[in-house]
Amino acid sequence: MKSNEQNILNVRDLHVQVRTPEGLSTLVQNINFEMEKGKILGLVGESGSGKTITSMSILQLLDKKRMNIEGSITLHGRELNGLENKEMRKIRGKDIAFIMQNPMNAFTPVFTIGHQFVETIRTHSSLNKKQAKELAIDTMQSVNLPNPDKLLKSYPFQLSGGMLQRVMIAMAACLNPSVIIADEPTTALDLHNQLLVLRLLDKVRSRYGTSILLISHDLGVISEMADDVIVMQYGRIVESANVFDLFDHPEHEYTKKLLRTRPTLYSQKQPYTYML
Amino acid sequence: MSLLQVKQVSLSFNSKKLFKGKDLSKKVLNDISFAIEEGTCLGLIGTSGAGKSTLGKVILGIQRPQQGQVLFQGYDIYNADKATQQKIRRDLQVVFQDSYSAVNPRMTAERIISEPLENYEKLTITEQRKRIIELLERVGLSEKDLKKYPHQFSGGQLQRINIARAVALKPKLIVLDESVSSLDMVTQSLILELLNELKDDFGLSYLFITHDIKAAFLISDTLGVLEKGELIELYDSKDQFFSSKHPIVKRLRDSILAEHPRFRTLTTKANWVNTNRLSKQL
Ligand SMILES: Nc1ncnc2c1ncn2[C@@H]1O[C@H](COP(=O)(O)OP(=O)(O)OP(=O)(O)O)[C@@H](O)[C@H]1O
Ligand SMILES: Nc1ncnc2c1ncn2[C@@H]1O[C@H](COP(=O)(O)OP(=O)(O)OP(=O)(O)O)[C@@H](O)[C@H]1O
Ligand SMILES: [Mg+2]
Ligand SMILES: [Mg+2]
Repeated sequence: MKSNEQNILNVRDLHVQVRTPEGLSTLVQNINFEMEKGKILGLVGESGSGKTITSMSILQLLDKKRMNIEGSITLHGRELNGLENKEMRKIRGKDIAFIMQNPMNAFTPVFTIGHQFVETIRTHSSLNKKQAKELAIDTMQSVNLPNPDKLLKSYPFQLSGGMLQRVMIAMAACLNPSVIIADEPTTALDLHNQLLVLRLLDKVRSRYGTSILLISHDLGVISEMADDVIVMQYGRIVESANVFDLFDHPEHEYTKKLLRTRPTLYSQKQPYTYML
Repeated sequence: MSLLQVKQVSLSFNSKKLFKGKDLSKKVLNDISFAIEEGTCLGLIGTSGAGKSTLGKVILGIQRPQQGQVLFQGYDIYNADKATQQKIRRDLQVVFQDSYSAVNPRMTAERIISEPLENYEKLTITEQRKRIIELLERVGLSEKDLKKYPHQFSGGQLQRINIARAVALKPKLIVLDESVSSLDMVTQSLILELLNELKDDFGLSYLFITHDIKAAFLISDTLGVLEKGELIELYDSKDQFFSSKHPIVKRLRDSILAEHPRFRTLTTKANWVNTNRLSKQL
């Protein structure tokens, strides 16, 4: 194991099993990686390969009655695996922020967006209500959300999928956490808004040294953002490499297939030069 | 006759509420007209909040517009008699953007997919199971998944269950709202292949709502851009899209991400100092 003070988060020998009527079944195994300060670690892999399970283990959000989580997950040297829920709640949102794959699930339908946003900020900071609201509005503006004042008074169902996703990203970014786990953060976003969200993530990274675990199936997002990439299939890491090496010299069969099947806009006939 | 005709549809939310004499209504769709022919796919892209999902709901008959008409096989779906409505409901299927809220959490995958079959087709239990397993395999899942509940699936797996459910009845039109967006490329191409095949073999039609221009090109015959509730342009080819001078389309094109890290432009150098990059080995 490499000891490196730049490592913010370490995952060692993570192994997650779920209890089923037929016995224990393994969801992910032998997961090892570290996240360095200010770096973006891309995580790609087949649908169902264990990306969300891995991130939920870090956040200790898996149902412990049904799941067995073995291995070590340390944040600044502190062991998270097995930590009491009360302790973990202080860490989630503040030290490790997360952007869930499904924006609808991240909000309670009966409270306004503003209530949920302001409460999150206030639980983890000493800001008063007015300051928290200011901060919420500022961050919402940076992801191009129109009329943040009005949006704060809306209920989740009144927002489009992409708007909810951006509110969640604003919530994750506004407290400058040391780690952000972003599970498919831009899937519901059009290209222009995707760009703005990626810029915000990059700003948080470069300004505060936040480490980001970026789960994305979009190789464009990975190309633009990741420093290193891990590739998962069937619950295991099958390849990990620097992003340039991965694109130029993929080693695992699945990675090769992934790079082969990606649709491209460049065609022999018509090179769209504005893209370069 | 076109399979689907949308005629001058306009829709606002809160249209009746007046607040201190001010009209608070928010126009979400403005005078939209287009048609979808049998066996074709209309791709729909546009800024987040433009009204794409709302338009999808209008077509499905679940969000009545204040103005305009939606004709499915010539029938006005908001003014059809009971029997016609029931037939339309079968021929019009949907895969929603949010796959978790689209399913009943207490149903197994088998029940989820078989529910529409039970309502309309009289199959024996063995026939039905065979059909469901076939469908699961077509979307990259397997017999093992029959008895699983929604929370036991990954996001992308559940999305594929929804797709299997939608195609189960061989409907005439499927509204796909960001249905392949969160799938990895290998799985995504499997699904697009399936959809293309159903289109060619059975004349299925789609309204394919997406933000992914590349996926849209792979399946659409026509591509439309919706912006602030208006259908601003319709293209029949990729080239038309790439030569459009519309500022919104230009902005979309300019936001296309690099296809290789060599061409990345987004990330900046870190401000907090970290020059000593340790050997990159995970
Ligand atoms: N609560 C659960 N109980 C049992 N099995 C589960 C549970 N949650 C997920 N799984 C299974 O674990 C595997 C990994 O799921 P995970 O959600 O991590 O996939 P993923 O890589 O995030 O996929 P996607 O890209 O589709 O979101 C899947 O095969 C899934 O069926
Ligand atoms: N039930 C509702 N009540 C009030 N406003 C709504 C409601 N549903 C949607 N809206 C508003 O209508 C507009 C269009 O929403 P819609 O969901 O159709 O957008 P979209 O194009 O699908 O966006 P996205 O790409 O983000 O999914 C948004 O401004 C949204 O806030
Ligand atoms: Mg996932
Ligand atoms: Mg939508």
